[in-house]
Amino acid sequence: MADFLTVLSEYDIAGAYWVNLKLTFFAGLFALVLGTILAMFRISPIPSLNLAGTAYVNILRNTPLTIIIVFGLAVLWPVLRVEFSEVFTVNFFWLGVVGLTVYHAAFFCEALRSGINTVPVGQAEAARAIGLPFLDSARLVIFPQAFRGAIAPLGNVVIALIKNTTVVAAGSVSEIATLMREMIENESNYVYPIFLTVAVGFVIIVVPVGMLATYLSRRLAVSR
Amino acid sequence: MRRSRLTMVAGALAAGALALAGCQAEPGGGDGGEETTGGDSTGDAGGEGLTIGIKFDQPGLGFQDGDTYTGFDVDVATYVAEALGHSADDITWVEAQSANRETMLENEQVDMIFATYSITDTRDEVVDFAGPYFVAGQDLLIRSDDAGTITGPESLDGKNLCSVSGSTSAQRVKDEYAEGTQLVEVGGYSECILQLIQGTVDAVTTDDIILAGLAADEGSGALQVVGSPFSEENYGVGLPPGSPLCEDVNEAIQAMFDDGAWEAAIEANTEGTGYTPNADLNPPTLRDCEA
Repeated sequence: MADFLTVLSEYDIAGAYWVNLKLTFFAGLFALVLGTILAMFRISPIPSLNLAGTAYVNILRNTPLTIIIVFGLAVLWPVLRVEFSEVFTVNFFWLGVVGLTVYHAAFFCEALRSGINTVPVGQAEAARAIGLPFLDSARLVIFPQAFRGAIAPLGNVVIALIKNTTVVAAGSVSEIATLMREMIENESNYVYPIFLTVAVGFVIIVVPVGMLATYLSRRLAVSR
Repeated sequence: MRRSRLTMVAGALAAGALALAGCQAEPGGGDGGEETTGGDSTGDAGGEGLTIGIKFDQPGLGFQDGDTYTGFDVDVATYVAEALGHSADDITWVEAQSANRETMLENEQVDMIFATYSITDTRDEVVDFAGPYFVAGQDLLIRSDDAGTITGPESLDGKNLCSVSGSTSAQRVKDEYAEGTQLVEVGGYSECILQLIQGTVDAVTTDDIILAGLAADEGSGALQVVGSPFSEENYGVGLPPGSPLCEDVNEAIQAMFDDGAWEAAIEANTEGTGYTPNADLNPPTLRDCEA
């Protein structure tokens, strides 16, 4: 046990998890914005926007994340010349964020839509009755209630996002999954303890997020 | 209600036990595309069949092509198996990915592993090794146009490299050459070859014989191995801890060195690349088997 702790101390495990947390933060932020726009598309009265929103969600939601990430590294960067920085590590990080964002935006959109379904139709009708146009009624009446009703499913999406950040290892981002591979390569005598350490790390990150989501979903629920 | 819940728990436990039993009984269970050549192969050492773990995705070393297996590791493994009294038909090939090799040996899912398996101290603690049957070294694979400009690790300043994420080679680049180089880490060497041909990287780095196999597989002569190895990797035969086979495997490998089959296997698998193994270290001196 003591030997294993010495081995662990040779690796920057916290630093590797920090990369995952940064990926989660930026991808979560952008995906929430994109997801909100998509949700607005999907409930808008304009058929072409409706179609665009539905098509986006169904295509991205059904494409494996690994393929999206590898597409970023093998096509977006070398072929389409999408480059965020001359420095590879920075470039790959943001390519990873883009991949995670476009994928999870579809899930954020659907989580929000489930929240929108909790808003009684009378609310939308009342908004229209007082003369609010679509954007205003969405901004002032529907989305504030929808977000509060969507906390629990949004929390689920965030938890999935946290764990999915390990997939960007396929996109040349050095994070905890890469570090785990390195550790297994070098410390073959500790394969199981290494696996367990990494798994426990994720539990430590994810459980509070789940508890927070449950707490907020109760606290913020719109009482009707 | 109470009873039915108990029954459900019992059922779940039984299903779990069955699943575990399935893992134990099947050699290399769960590896898709596994080829069973003999109906009687069981994966137990000393049985009729012999289960050998190899790479399935490294051309020139261990490569699955339909239902045939090719490469230097496969050739050495076949030679050794024949020396141990098994015909080539008796061998069940299973995929041994780098991260799974120790586990497969500890669980005795395989009898031997020939999968570019470098002998290291930490691995030596948990599994047994026979051999080494080859000494590879980390080297660079470049576009033939760049021959002369990239001559070794010291000429990498300002160049971009590709390697497989988490591999020893990638770590060495990060630790020792991080100053002037940038590294792309991908899931497999074929992705590196793509990046090299596209021009986004200038060199692919890993063990020289793996690079030679990749160059031979590419086939057009557009890629070549630099030929100045800067590390020493002793490829050993991985054996389950306490395996009785070590001495016999070593004898077979020595016989392969002596009768020229070893050299012929290297030539056949790196044909057309002009690759020659580091002559100072090859063929290697075999280690003593641990008692």
